Amino acid sequence: MGILGSYQLRLARKRWRIRAFRKRRELKPVADRTGAIRSGDLLLFSTLRNEKVRLSWFLRYYRDLGIDHFLFVDNDSDDGSREYLAAQPDVSVWTTRASYKRSRFGVDWLNWLQMRYGHGHWTLVVDSDEFFVYPFCDTRPLRALTDWLDASSIKSFSAMLLDMYPKGPFGEHVYREGTDPFEIAQWFDSGNYTMSKNRKFGNLWIQGGPRARTFFTDAPERAPALNKIPLVKWHRDYAYVSSTHMLLPRGLNLVYDEWGGEKASGCLLHAKFLDTFAHKAAEEMARKQHYANSHEYRAYQEGLAASPDFWCKWSEKYINWRQLEILGLMSKGNWA
Amino acid sequence: MSVGFVMLCHTALGRAAQVARYWAEHGCPVVIHVDKRVSKSALRRMTRDLEGVADVRFSQRHACEWGSWGLVAATQAAATLMLREFPGVRHVYLASGSCLPLRPVEELVAYLDGRPKTDFIESVTTEDVGWTIGGLNIERFTLRFPFSWRKQRRLFDGYVRLQRRVGYRRRIPPALVPHLGSQWWCLTRQTLSAILEDPERPAYDRYFRKVWIPDESYFQTLVRQVSANVESRSLTLSKFDFQGKPHIFYDDHLQLLRRSDCFVARKIWPHADKLYRIFLSDDLARQPAAEPNPGKIDRLFAKAVERRTKGRAGLYMQSRFPNLHWENGMTAAPYSVFEGFSDLFENFDIWLGKVTGSRVHGHLFAPDRVEFAGGETVYNGALSDSADLRDYNLRGFMGNLMWNTRGERQCFQFGPRDNQKIGPFLGRDPNAQVSVISGAWAVPLFHSNRNFGDIRKEAARLQKIEAEHLAELRSLHVKARVRIWTLAEFIENPMEPLQTIIDEISPRSSRRLTEAPRMSDLTGFGQFLQNLRNQGMQPVLMGDFPAGDDPRPSTTRRGRPYLVK
Repeated sequence: MGILGSYQLRLARKRWRIRAFRKRRELKPVADRTGAIRSGDLLLFSTLRNEKVRLSWFLRYYRDLGIDHFLFVDNDSDDGSREYLAAQPDVSVWTTRASYKRSRFGVDWLNWLQMRYGHGHWTLVVDSDEFFVYPFCDTRPLRALTDWLDASSIKSFSAMLLDMYPKGPFGEHVYREGTDPFEIAQWFDSGNYTMSKNRKFGNLWIQGGPRARTFFTDAPERAPALNKIPLVKWHRDYAYVSSTHMLLPRGLNLVYDEWGGEKASGCLLHAKFLDTFAHKAAEEMARKQHYANSHEYRAYQEGLAASPDFWCKWSEKYINWRQLEILGLMSKGNWA
Repeated sequence: MSVGFVMLCHTALGRAAQVARYWAEHGCPVVIHVDKRVSKSALRRMTRDLEGVADVRFSQRHACEWGSWGLVAATQAAATLMLREFPGVRHVYLASGSCLPLRPVEELVAYLDGRPKTDFIESVTTEDVGWTIGGLNIERFTLRFPFSWRKQRRLFDGYVRLQRRVGYRRRIPPALVPHLGSQWWCLTRQTLSAILEDPERPAYDRYFRKVWIPDESYFQTLVRQVSANVESRSLTLSKFDFQGKPHIFYDDHLQLLRRSDCFVARKIWPHADKLYRIFLSDDLARQPAAEPNPGKIDRLFAKAVERRTKGRAGLYMQSRFPNLHWENGMTAAPYSVFEGFSDLFENFDIWLGKVTGSRVHGHLFAPDRVEFAGGETVYNGALSDSADLRDYNLRGFMGNLMWNTRGERQCFQFGPRDNQKIGPFLGRDPNAQVSVISGAWAVPLFHSNRNFGDIRKEAARLQKIEAEHLAELRSLHVKARVRIWTLAEFIENPMEPLQTIIDEISPRSSRRLTEAPRMSDLTGFGQFLQNLRNQGMQPVLMGDFPAGDDPRPSTTRRGRPYLVK
């Protein structure tokens, strides 16, 4: 990458940051407990809309990992999510009625909150249906990972999105609040992910999984991106570019080794495909607030009508992170 | 009171205090050095933690930046204090604030009592050191390092390069032979005091002040001057990764640490509550007096380093995406590609599967769909049979298939009708065994019920494609095991090439082939080729078929040919 290219990316990064700064006005604080954040705390940032049923398990899962403070942007929920979150002692909530799409799918809002509160902290940016799994997560808290990353001078950590699905149609099992969604969505695709390098931003672009296999066989290039870099030692000059798929400066996207070795990485287990999905897809279609004119959701709706079952005989049943590491979906790298 | 501990602390002082208290309460005096950069309040907390514990002293504080002289100065000060304050101490053990004793102190004391004159310090000549980072061994002693390796890496590297280019060398004091080694040692009073009270010490100190990472060379070099009984190993279990940073121990290493029989381990994660609780408790079971044996831990960490530097062969994933030629195995396992065989033989895949016991696919790169073995629509790892998905990332498809099926030999058919873009990949992959019967694609055309004009056109097209593919397979960069026969050559004597291929696929089965696959009926094939020629097309890839003279009349008998052993 030449000097000109770097400079263009620098400008782009500044533009995203200015944009985030302007969008801060859209956020109205509901519960601001950010005064309780201590230096070195692990922070979680998330945008959501009408996810009340998931929140109880979500908070429990991440509290167990060792998240110290949660920062949520509520995009005009009407199912009680906002009130539920505002009542939690370790949660700060902002709300907005502004357009999700025009905030670049929440990225601008979170970029602002991270700029304001995340500087110098390890920050985890996940959706409420994404559950972070990393090497040794059953025996070591998240703090062990971030300490190790600090000691290794690593600033960003990759976690591929792994779509989990139930056996049989999504609607067959009803998800109940407060339970583990992966008791229902236990299955995943183990080896059909393909990747290519994004020359401009330096990140890997990963596609595949059950969605590509069932909904996008005729248009593979439109299949959703699965590469994610959710865990970053944040600096106020950083900016997410597109969801958590890539960041600037581009050095943060180099979470993969190019000389044959493996860097440490994790997975985001994606609990999207539950009985709540059909309802969500219909709602999102109506709102038209999703990526690429909601093409993804349109494909789902068509697919859902035809064949609502991701399961096949080669689906793998989820056991633990070691299984994912053996299958080559994530890696311990040199962490032992 | 035979062993005293010198502890160098800079973080997690609470843990350091816990360990110091443990040692002191078990009869071993402790001298603590706290990095000058540590805040006053943290130090005050630590002294409060250790209030009332006898035999704990704090030494004069130095700033201990990594790789700087400060660490040696701190050690000197603390060791001097130890020797002065505690005349009963015979061995001085240098430890860090993140060290943890793995065996009861009495066992260490007994061990050292059995070796009262031995100095335990890893001390290796610069020629024999294999582990230094940055590739600097002897140059640590002969160059100057005014820039920080951590904070001013470019200046550091540039200055090293400059000195190399102009041929600058510092003079090593003539009496010294540079040695390197782990900074965690255990020295006897005699040796340590001889080093500290050496009349030449000011000169040595002046010299080592400018040596890079002197804490790995100061005592390691000087000990050779004064000690006759150096045991060149560290009693502290400490492992380093490929960047020279110590591996960290967590709660889940408990069993490994227990079984290592080492006396002290570093470095322990400060929040590893279970490790601290168990190893600092008094009811730690006494073990038989075993020699330290960190073999298992060595293997664990060696494997981790290998994973980080070499990775798993044939794996492409979010954190491993090797550049061209750096794959360390483009695919996960050897596989076989058969070109033309299924055109020439009937039910070749069934026969091959039976003979080799491997998985035999059809044309994986067929234009309409992926022909997985058994006609599966989804295969191992949930690979889809959609041709669009496959063609979207051919290399990814191939890598995935081989990764998903590792442990089982894969074979598949390939030909000029298939997607040719995978060709160069197959040629470049050392795992590929490619066997080609060139021109065999003409056999199905010969049997087809199509107008001759169409056949001619199709033959010309396929021949052109296959000729290009063969040129790729014959290029200089090919690493695959490639065998090419013309159709004429092959049917002359089909068993021998087949036997060679099969032997390579399953080398352990020494059985001779007894049953050959059934060949298509080739009566009239020579004439067919002549007709093509007459129509202005020049079939060359099949080799030499004289017109009218049918090849191998014996094989055209509709039956199975048998070989007799």
